[in-house]
Amino acid sequence: MQPVVVENIVQNYRTKKMVVEALKGISFTVDRGEIFGIIGPDGAGKTSLFRILTTLLLAESGKATVDGFDVVTDYKQIRNRIGYMPGRFSLYQDLSVEENLEFFATIFNTTIQQNYDLIKDIYQQIEPFKDRKAGALSGGMKQKLALCCALIHKPSVLFLDEPTTGVDAVSRKEFWEMLHRLKEQGITILVSTAYMDEASLCDRVALIQKGELLSVDTPKNIIGQFKKPLWAIRADEMYKLMNDIAADPAVESCYPFGQYHHVVFKTQEKRRQTLEEIAKGGEHAHVEIKPIEPNIEDCFMALMNN
Amino acid sequence: MRMLKFLLQKELKQIFRDPAIIIILFIMPTIQLLILPAAADYEIKNINLGVVDHDHSEYSRKMVEKITSSGYFRLRDYSPSFKQGLKAIETDKTDLILEIPANFERDLVKDNESTLFVAVDAINGVKAGLGGAYLQQILGDYNNEIRTQWIQNPRMSPQPTIDVTSSDWYNPNMNYKAFMVPGILVLLVTMIGSSFASNNIVREKEMGTIEQINVSPIKKYQFILGKLIPFWILALSVLTIGFIIARLVYGIVPVGSYFTVYAFASIYLVAVLGLGLLLSTYAQTQQQSMLVSFFVTMIFNLMSGLYTPIESMPGWAQWIARFNPVTYFIQVMRMVVLKGSSLGDIRVHIFIILGFALFFNTWAILNYRKRTG
Repeated sequence: MQPVVVENIVQNYRTKKMVVEALKGISFTVDRGEIFGIIGPDGAGKTSLFRILTTLLLAESGKATVDGFDVVTDYKQIRNRIGYMPGRFSLYQDLSVEENLEFFATIFNTTIQQNYDLIKDIYQQIEPFKDRKAGALSGGMKQKLALCCALIHKPSVLFLDEPTTGVDAVSRKEFWEMLHRLKEQGITILVSTAYMDEASLCDRVALIQKGELLSVDTPKNIIGQFKKPLWAIRADEMYKLMNDIAADPAVESCYPFGQYHHVVFKTQEKRRQTLEEIAKGGEHAHVEIKPIEPNIEDCFMALMNN
Repeated sequence: MRMLKFLLQKELKQIFRDPAIIIILFIMPTIQLLILPAAADYEIKNINLGVVDHDHSEYSRKMVEKITSSGYFRLRDYSPSFKQGLKAIETDKTDLILEIPANFERDLVKDNESTLFVAVDAINGVKAGLGGAYLQQILGDYNNEIRTQWIQNPRMSPQPTIDVTSSDWYNPNMNYKAFMVPGILVLLVTMIGSSFASNNIVREKEMGTIEQINVSPIKKYQFILGKLIPFWILALSVLTIGFIIARLVYGIVPVGSYFTVYAFASIYLVAVLGLGLLLSTYAQTQQQSMLVSFFVTMIFNLMSGLYTPIESMPGWAQWIARFNPVTYFIQVMRMVVLKGSSLGDIRVHIFIILGFALFFNTWAILNYRKRTG
């Protein structure tokens, strides 16, 4: 039995003037004990999907099960066996670290002692501040506390909605290491993020855009599907360079990526020459061109353009 | 049970950790109870009187003397013409003009009747109404006096007079504080009950903590009881503080037993807290819940019969008052404090409030959803 099965989930939000299609019939399954990443930009429908799976929101149509239980009819069982960490820090800021943890243990009918081994690694890092109010913790600490609270009842499936948004690079790295340790304990983890670079840390990812899944696969396979050669180019006047390249009929796409522009051509052949000509024609200075390996973000851009 | 105990613990911890809440909960009602009764005095004194006397007779002089010696009126203006007298009203110097026509004395003696004219500044309705009424009463007295003077020792009074003397039961000295203070106490308890609990729940919505509660297996009734009980206790504490102040400052000791009041208050608070809970299920932000509970308590308070008797409201307004829980608590409070009513005497009130409690809480629980969509 797969811990998470999503079949054709549709969710719309209605305002007076218009209907916002948050999820347009999404289907995927998650295997036991894997870290499944849902990756997409803001407004792609990640949070709606999480709220449906955590029984907070009733989907308009479609079917979903968590641990074999239907999210609509068996929501009571689901609530006993999932951990949910919302995107926004939502613990009691006026209660101390320890009091928060104790509170969440109690409402799940358990105690801190019972599942202490599960959270021990994480909790030890914030234990020196256990008498501090949760509102007075740093961003990274808050995330750790929230994760502890979501884990305290030993859930079999853990839902993490953008856990690393607004967290510094070091804390992000630490956070992912913690997730991998949890995975070893057999917990299935669904994690959403807007950071493409985190995709490679997942076992499988679902790329989501405007309520539609673009691809569900391992990060490796997704990158493997990117067949065309990819070029990185830079020059002094980056904006003009992009316009010049995009104007060329042979170019499929050109988008900024850090200090470079990434360029994909419509055909398979290698076309360093074409790029050089464009650079020359636009009288660009300090031009640097190199072939590169695609990463998840390149794949995402390519899938989005299709 | 363990869950509920823990929820209560958490709630009380949060409440007592916030010093502002303690101040609002306990200091504010205390100050209000010390200040408000002074403003809720109905006796109108120091009405500024203007007299326009065209007669300048002994009778007219005596009459003005009698009016000013009543203690309610202060003679502020003595004008030769009505026009000038009206100026005094316009400049706010006087509230009321008594115009005595020329030949007032002559007509009275000769024709046995005469007319007077009274003009009242009705900008302050209460002052105008009561001032006019006082003046008429004094003039009536004066009229009787002259009559008895004229009819010297008749064998039988040709003019039958009915003399009415009244005695004020339950509040012999008509001490207005004795009925205002318990009433104001009801308002304070109501405000705490209806707005604090609802704000507290909406706060959880705003902070997002309610999401965490909603994904947990915690039961609806546990969550709701966990919210209601702490505020139920707090409101009863405020009631107690209020009674202490009423006793120490105003010397008000209920004729009936405290037990009766607390028994009723316990049920009443369930109703009011249920109302607060209901508001919280609709409001999304603390601002919304504050404004709505402000609106509701405003109507409840002004239509409760605390300031003006319900019987004098128009029919439709009386119906609103009938669907107002505050009305019943104020009635009970006054019945117990002034009259010494027992539980048996207020049983109808108890049943009505039970109805309110059931209605508000059922609606609130039905409307409280752990999930949306």
